[in-house]
Order: sequence, then structure tokens, then C-alpha cells
Amino acid sequence: MPVSLFPANKSSRAPLRMLSSEGEPLARRYYSEKTERDLDADQIVRGYEIKKDKYVVITDDELERLAPEKTRDIDLKRFVPANSIPPVYFERGYFLTPDKGSEKAYKLLAETMEKGGTAGLATFVMRGKEYLVSIFAEHGILRAETMRFPDELRSPADVGLPKKSKVSPAMVRKFEKLISSKSKKQMSARKLEDEQTERLLKLVKKKSGSRKNVVEVATEKRAEGNVVDLMAVLKKSLAGKG
Amino acid sequence: MPARAIWKGELKLGTTKIPVKLYSGVTDRTVRFHILDDKHLMRVKQHMVKPDSGEEVAKEEIQKGYEIEPGRFVVVTDEELEELVPKPSREIEIAEFVPPAAISQQWYERPYYLGPDGDVQGYFSLVDALTNRDREGIAHWVMRNKAYIGALRAEGDYLLLVTLRSAEEVISAKDLPKPAGRAPTQKELNMAKQLVSLLEEDEFNAKDYKDEYRERVMEFIEKKARGKAPRLQVVKSKRKVSSLDSVLEKSLRTLRKEKRAA
Repeated sequence: MPVSLFPANKSSRAPLRMLSSEGEPLARRYYSEKTERDLDADQIVRGYEIKKDKYVVITDDELERLAPEKTRDIDLKRFVPANSIPPVYFERGYFLTPDKGSEKAYKLLAETMEKGGTAGLATFVMRGKEYLVSIFAEHGILRAETMRFPDELRSPADVGLPKKSKVSPAMVRKFEKLISSKSKKQMSARKLEDEQTERLLKLVKKKSGSRKNVVEVATEKRAEGNVVDLMAVLKKSLAGKG
Repeated sequence: MPARAIWKGELKLGTTKIPVKLYSGVTDRTVRFHILDDKHLMRVKQHMVKPDSGEEVAKEEIQKGYEIEPGRFVVVTDEELEELVPKPSREIEIAEFVPPAAISQQWYERPYYLGPDGDVQGYFSLVDALTNRDREGIAHWVMRNKAYIGALRAEGDYLLLVTLRSAEEVISAKDLPKPAGRAPTQKELNMAKQLVSLLEEDEFNAKDYKDEYRERVMEFIEKKARGKAPRLQVVKSKRKVSSLDSVLEKSLRTLRKEKRAA
């Protein structure tokens, strides 16, 4: 069932760009300290440091070939109750959208998993890294969550937390009462706002009123930026017009 | 060797305060590569340049800007950014509690352990209360000049604080249109349900998973370092397209056979 992946998380809404004193957006470049020259993409390689200042060069091609064939596809072979995966595993979400011809199978899988409260588990390799993913169905849409592997998580023993000791029943009851009195069915949206970003956006708005705070570059001097409207792409793709 | 706490704070629950230490819940195991220049195999440096002329711009001359429309930036000074930093505080405030199912997996970002820092009894009493009520607390705190939102939950005998993304960073499936195509028939749904239940296990078993690719990459690096890199095969991926019905039926048949054989 061919599907496409789209990020289900956006990064911060308020990225700040680095500008020259004239207001021209700057670009980050690699350079060699030895020759003091900038390096193009074909002049750099990837190296693993085996001892101080000694590297083994690993090419994209080698990484590619180390990926076994079976892991190129998301091979859904195991399912578990969706609520049995602890949240410590989740890293990033990606919506899966059906490619042409796979809409039927997609809808069938999504509906079956959503009704059954089931999550699928699979591993696959993408861009030089193996991912363990769990697949969830929500509102008729499949979403893959990349997960940490168990050896990337520390145990309480690794951290050195003390063994559980006696609790005070009176204290437990007090906390239980507090939890009940402050319990809600859903998270309140207001509690999930990024206030720091809010404040930055407010400041920007205030400052944009005065010309002296605004720098502008002629459009032809503008650095190439490829801004993709993620929502538009997703909507198009889900509606089968991609 | 026990891990070092990265921060110390106080869990504020009503009028009670429980002092806690915060520890990272993850270990980085990514195979880290460095970017080298291909001639000297030395690590490269980075600098900022004007994209057209390639002219380097010194750090002191760089200013930061927020793009309000294409090509137009509002300049924001370091002093102004400094003022946006939240006030330092030791308090982890718990605003409300919700059932774990109310937090979609999409929200969770990074786990931290909380360990007791003095009041051991208060700490473990809270663990029991959260477990008994099956709730997660929505927490707010400021750590290292940054405001965090997190879910406070009991995991086994201990408290975990998993940072949550902010509302602006999470795209809800609710806001997406439904996929095109016809709805599945009852027959298809029944078959798919059977198929999934044949493959379904009682719970998630973390032990079953390890990063084999990472192991293979490390093994290859070690061999290459000794000068005997094995020749790698080119991999071809093949894909066959079949009808949904035939795939479902075939999968069911194979699975049943396997189950009988087992």
C-alpha cells in the first residue's frame, strides 16, 4: 500500500533569520580552515571519528547499501492495543496519506485500527537511520510516530533513583483528592500555548509599525527560500488531488 | 554510576511542595558523523555569508530579523530577546489533570525522570495517587531560560515528566479532510478485523525491538577502519500491485496456516 509521509508536527512559528547590517538574509556555508575557502556540497564527506582527528569516511551509497531490502517498506506485521505503548517512546509524528490507487486499502486499515483501538508496529529505514514506528488511526487518518529504541531509554536504575519506600496513606488520599478536584476530560488549549513565542510575535507586530525597525531587500537579491505550505500539500494529497 | 541531575525544582500540588531532581530519560545512541572536506579529511567550519557575493559577515555585524512578508524583516535586538526570556523559577506547577488517553501521542516530546530530593514519602505518595487515579498532570515550568509544558505521570514506581509540544506545533488529524475513495464494505471490514486480530499481541514488548541498522553501520565502520570493508550489494526494491481483496484473503490464508502449524 504506497503511502506518502508528511510531518504532523510543525516547528516553531517564529524562526528568526540572520541578516547582514543592510538586511540581506545570510546563508550558512562550510569552509576549510586550511585553505580558507568555502566548500560546495560535492567537496564535503561524512566521517566517523575513530580516534582524535582520525576519520573513516562513509559514503551515502554505503549507508544506503547497509539498509536491508525488507526495511525499505513499512512492514506492518504486529499490532498491539494503542494504549499499551508508554509515551516515553514517541519522538515525532508523520501523517500517512494514500498514494494513487491505495485509498481503498488505506481507509480499510484506518477504520479497522481506529475501531479496535489498535496500533501497528514496524521498522523501516529512511535517510540513513532505522526507525521504529507505531501507527495510529485518528479521525480516519493514519499517523506514524517514530519511536526511540529501548536502548535509547534509561531505566530508573540507570539514573540511580532510590528504591520505593513506604508511603503515607493520608498523603496519598490528599493527593488523590487534589487530582480528582483538578481533573478535566480534555487538555485545555490555553494551557498549551507557547507564551514565549506569543510575546515575540507581539513585539514584532508592535515594532513593524515603525519604518526604522523594518529592513527590506530588493526581491531579486532575496536568498532562495522554498517555503512549502504543509497544510495545503496534505489537504491536496488526502483529497486525492496530489 | 548514578546519573547527574540536570535541574532541581519543586512540584507544586495545591499547598504541598515536593522537592525533586530532574534527570534525562534518554541516552543518545545516534552514530555521529562529522562533516569533513574531501581533500584534507579535516573537520569543516561554518560561517555566515552574503549568498550573492559569498562575502563573509562577522558575528558582531549579524542582526536577527523576523520575516513579516517576503523580503521584509522586523529587526529584533539581543536585548529585546533577553527580555522575552521567562523569569527563573524552581516551581513545577500542575495546572490540571487529564486521563492519559486525552493526550494524543503527537504531543509527547522528551522524557525526564523526577527523583525525590528530600521528601521521599511525599514523592512516593504522589506516585501512588497518580497511579490509583490513572491521571497525568499538565505541568508548567521554566528551566534554563525556557518555558516548558509537560505531562507528569507515574511510570512504575517513579515520576516521569514528559515535555509536550505547544498547541501551535501539533497538527490535528481533525483539521485534515478525509481521504478520497469509497468506504470499505462490511465484508472487507470483517476480513481486516480478523487479519489484525490474528497479528495482535496483548501488549507492546519493547524487548522485541533493536536498532539493527545502527549495529550494522557500526560494524561496517569498524571493518572499514581496519581497511577491510566488505563489498556491499546493491539493493533493489520491488513492488507488486494486487487488488485489496486478493491481498486480504491471501494474508488471512497464510496466517491461519502458520497458526495451525505452530
